[in-house]
Amino acid sequence: MSPSLSLALLQVVDRQAPAEFWPWFVATLVKLVALFTIYMIVVAYTTLAERKVSAWMQDRYGPNRVGPRGLFQPLADGLKNIMKEETLPPYANKVLFMLAPAMAFIPAMILWAVIPFAAPWASPWGRIEMQLAPLPIGLLFVIAFSSLGVYGIVLAGWSSNNKYALLGGLRSSAQMVSYEISMGMSLIPVLLVAGNVTLNEIVNQQASLHLWNVLTLGVGFFLYTVSAFAETNRLPFDLPEAESELITGYHTEYSAMKFSLFFIAEYANMLTQSAMIATLFFGGWDIPFMRADNVGAVSFPLVLLSFAIMFAKTLFFLFFFIWIRWTLPRFRYDQLMSIGWKVLLPIALAYIVIVAGTLLALDAAGLKRDFVYGAILFAVNAVLAVVMFRILDRGRIVSPAYGRLDPQELARLRSVSRARTHLTVSAGD
Amino acid sequence: MDRTYLPILLLFGFVAINAVVMVGLSHLTMRSRPSPVKDQPYESGIPPLGDARERFSVKFYMVAMLFIIFDIETVFMLPWSVYYRQLSCAQPLVNGVCPAGAVSFFGLGEMIVFILILLVGYIYVWKKGALQWD
Repeated sequence: MSPSLSLALLQVVDRQAPAEFWPWFVATLVKLVALFTIYMIVVAYTTLAERKVSAWMQDRYGPNRVGPRGLFQPLADGLKNIMKEETLPPYANKVLFMLAPAMAFIPAMILWAVIPFAAPWASPWGRIEMQLAPLPIGLLFVIAFSSLGVYGIVLAGWSSNNKYALLGGLRSSAQMVSYEISMGMSLIPVLLVAGNVTLNEIVNQQASLHLWNVLTLGVGFFLYTVSAFAETNRLPFDLPEAESELITGYHTEYSAMKFSLFFIAEYANMLTQSAMIATLFFGGWDIPFMRADNVGAVSFPLVLLSFAIMFAKTLFFLFFFIWIRWTLPRFRYDQLMSIGWKVLLPIALAYIVIVAGTLLALDAAGLKRDFVYGAILFAVNAVLAVVMFRILDRGRIVSPAYGRLDPQELARLRSVSRARTHLTVSAGD
Repeated sequence: MDRTYLPILLLFGFVAINAVVMVGLSHLTMRSRPSPVKDQPYESGIPPLGDARERFSVKFYMVAMLFIIFDIETVFMLPWSVYYRQLSCAQPLVNGVCPAGAVSFFGLGEMIVFILILLVGYIYVWKKGALQWD
């Protein structure tokens, strides 16, 4: 061995400094393939979990034939979708029809590149970030790419040349652009507190306050979560594929693997949004009650621990998506639009001003950014949340199902229904 | 070489190849048996009446236009929110903290003026009924 090579091998690498090009490149490829695989597996098993959890909530079995307890169901579904006959409608616009599934799939699978899934690793080759691309624009990348998903849906709806698909595509585009505004605005308070758009900094900032953003910015969390449900076309905002009205909406004419791509994209978006909620509002990969992970890169066992924490949070929000599906009924389209434009948008605007004012007052009071700072923000948010839900609960802004009824007629109907309930109860006795 | 955005490019290529392979694989393995009935637009079994390329409600265009306006407002707010600590301090920050007594209302005041102008347009749009769906 030549002396220079052995010297290079013996050289002590600063574990906190960024890795050299080749170790970095290998690490990037490993992360890319490993994460893509994990993503696809989680997406596949989310489809199974959706059916299993639905079955559990409705007191039935759900899929239980393929493999033990139906665990191989996603594999069977995948195989079936590859083998199935694919129809290419002769009246459709062929090029766009073929392109649309890819245009839904590609942005959905690129989004996760900036989400940090674990604490940075102090490897023997230098510091390795545990996110595919530690972009300086972080959050902006997520906002930009999540709005690209709408193209696939609109083009699918239009190119199919099917009335239901067209209606689904139109509804979807109007819904997604409407909620994108409130989603963008609900992120402003997070940035105000963090002062940085990289997601790792947002995680570190939450650790420095010893409070998750869900407490210090609770109203923002509510706004973001509602918008996230609308952006992923999930119940109670699944108007684009309301199966009782539109068959399956924009992908009515799709079959086999092209349909599968839409399906994967939808669940991948859900997974990404779950990871985003976990990162922005629930402390991300931060290990609770530990300082070492926030000041620099950490050893490998800690990286695994932080990954497990992040994964558990993400899985919880995936479950939350399914849970909400069987809890809330679907909104009407006019209700959906008024929630987006007349409720979420003004609340978000007012909230930005209030948070900015509070931060200014706390700075003027000379408070350091630690627990007390966060606790005061939490108190402000608790008051705001109570006020907001009191106002929303009056039900005047979002017109309810009986919105166009005369108040007297409504009172009469209510008394009739009350009398009927009373009769049934006494008959039951 | 700047390597910041290289992983995104790699991922884009990888995902695109995956999409093509998945659709291509199903093209190779499927058996195609088209029939005139199968080729019709699927409308729950009822013979389709007329073309799908009909006119649709002007409301959708309205939402698209309003979206552009309000989304650009969001874009303006993003840099402001990141730079807010610096804007609300009359002196340069010391270790990320504003020196005592140097707090300035510049950042907040600018945003309040901006949102008030936005609010005038918003109220106009609301009163004109552009946000009303029925």
